[in-house]
Amino acid sequence: MRALTWHGTHDVRVDTVDDPEIINPRDAILKITSTAICGSDLHLYDGVIPGVLPGDVLGHEFMGEVVETGSDSTLKKGQRVVVPFTIACGGCFHCNIKQYSACENSNPAEKQDMSATLYGHPMAGLFGYSHLTGGYSGGQAEYVRVPFSDVGPIVIPDHLEDDKVLFLSDILPTGWMGAENAEIEPDDTVAVWGCGPVGLFAIQSAIVMGASKVIAIDHYPHRLELAKQLGAEVIDFRKTDVREALMEMSGGIGCDAVIDAVGMEAHGFAIDNMLDIAKQKIGIGADRASALKQAILAVRPGGRVSIPGVYGGMTDKFPLGALMEKGLQVRTGQTHVQRYTKDLLEKIEDGMLDTTFLISHRLPLEDAARGYKNFREEQDSWTKVILKPGMEQEKAA
Amino acid sequence: MSNRNIGLAGTIAGVALAAGGAAFAGFLSQRRKGGDDDAPLYTRKQPGTDNAIVGRTVTIRKPRAELYKFWRDFQNLPQFMENVETIREEGGAHVWVIKAPAGQTVNVKTEVSQDRENEMIAWTSLDDSDIETNGEVSFEDAPGDRGTRVSLVMFYDAPAGELGRAIAKLFQREPQVQARHDLKRFKMLMETGEIATSAHTKDQTRKAKQQESGQ
Repeated sequence: MRALTWHGTHDVRVDTVDDPEIINPRDAILKITSTAICGSDLHLYDGVIPGVLPGDVLGHEFMGEVVETGSDSTLKKGQRVVVPFTIACGGCFHCNIKQYSACENSNPAEKQDMSATLYGHPMAGLFGYSHLTGGYSGGQAEYVRVPFSDVGPIVIPDHLEDDKVLFLSDILPTGWMGAENAEIEPDDTVAVWGCGPVGLFAIQSAIVMGASKVIAIDHYPHRLELAKQLGAEVIDFRKTDVREALMEMSGGIGCDAVIDAVGMEAHGFAIDNMLDIAKQKIGIGADRASALKQAILAVRPGGRVSIPGVYGGMTDKFPLGALMEKGLQVRTGQTHVQRYTKDLLEKIEDGMLDTTFLISHRLPLEDAARGYKNFREEQDSWTKVILKPGMEQEKAA
Repeated sequence: MSNRNIGLAGTIAGVALAAGGAAFAGFLSQRRKGGDDDAPLYTRKQPGTDNAIVGRTVTIRKPRAELYKFWRDFQNLPQFMENVETIREEGGAHVWVIKAPAGQTVNVKTEVSQDRENEMIAWTSLDDSDIETNGEVSFEDAPGDRGTRVSLVMFYDAPAGELGRAIAKLFQREPQVQARHDLKRFKMLMETGEIATSAHTKDQTRKAKQQESGQ
């Protein structure tokens, strides 16, 4: 089959690789119909996530048609499904309490040591996201093997087209959980840093949850425009003193909840690498670290800090004093996707949530490398790229 | 690193062989008392024993009886113990065929030394084994509906000679890692009915197994 494979920093290629096979009884094989490039794929593209090997197939936002099932899969051939990017077994302690992204059984035993060393506990398995999270082949391909296919995939009714539901795989539940973690109440003023896909979905979710005012912070004009269209007030951090503005816009109280949907390009994982990488990337790194610091200063005493943005390593000069003295609550984590898919699918069917506004480009899988390059370099206009294996080359323009 | 390990293994082979059984019994009896604090002895910075003792606990969301029953049928163990090729019954004892470096295998004959239904199983090697080993697995109710806490403690000792060194190297390499991986696989098998793999094709599963156990 054809698949987008990683070869090194800023080097991804569509190659011919082996077709996936059913290995365990609960597996299924999907024929991919749509798959997206995620902002977090750019961390792999930029070479800042360890444990990615040449030839690895990327992609963790995907959906497709079931073409093969293992003996214990509950899926049926021909069903259209969206697959959560977090792989969860459904049977362990964490799955039982719906903390699916902490599944204890989805990361193969021999792959758990690295993340256990870094974080004290192993991470769960993720699709197409380095050997730290299992080394599973991803979905930017013609076919994918889906383990525990009786737990994660959600069956999509025929009348809903791919573009409407694809983002159930990651960014919609991630934005939703980002807002849920902010524990929004009707009179709240909520500020969201970053108007990328997750930030925009967090804004949309915060509004659905009844926030009185949502303030979006970014510097790309097109992204701020999208935030405005969703109903947010916007701040361009290049032009405005963000903390001053937030104090004024929240009546001098401060924001009730803040959401960091920026994250930080990991500063390397081995402690002794970290300083060097930080030095190399000081421009970007300092900027991005400042989002969370700014958020912690802007939130009112007793307020909530939600961090859906991805962090991998450590950070310097974290305002720990503000966190303690203001009595803040912090909630974060990889998304427990399986917890939200059913409810969010209903909201899409009911027309409460529309995610198609985000899609800026649809490309054939063969054009995936161009998609990565432009998604990284043209962030203002390339808001979201969907790859369609089987789409005619000439249809893309 | 490897020189140090062989040296250490040699020392253990020479000195600890005779004392092995007694040391293990003493270790087990101290394990829960832990001396000065309540932590298991194998988590001590200086356990006061040689480092061929391995201990690990996992919580498995299944009833004690089910886990005990699976483990008590020793022929099941190679399903999740990567180093163990087969275990067969032979006149009341079990013969373990264990993978060793360079395509070799070693045989260990064990008998069950203690067996308390749904609580614990202990085994010890018989005289004509290539390795002296003792092991104990215990099953304890976890709070609420969390299932069962499973603890595995093992002691290894290898004979002198070239094969002994190879075996010692195998077990000295990273015995904690092996025990941890084996227990995780046991947990996966019990909780999910299968052992997680990121292999993309069936070929890769075989390769991965060889890589992990064959170095």
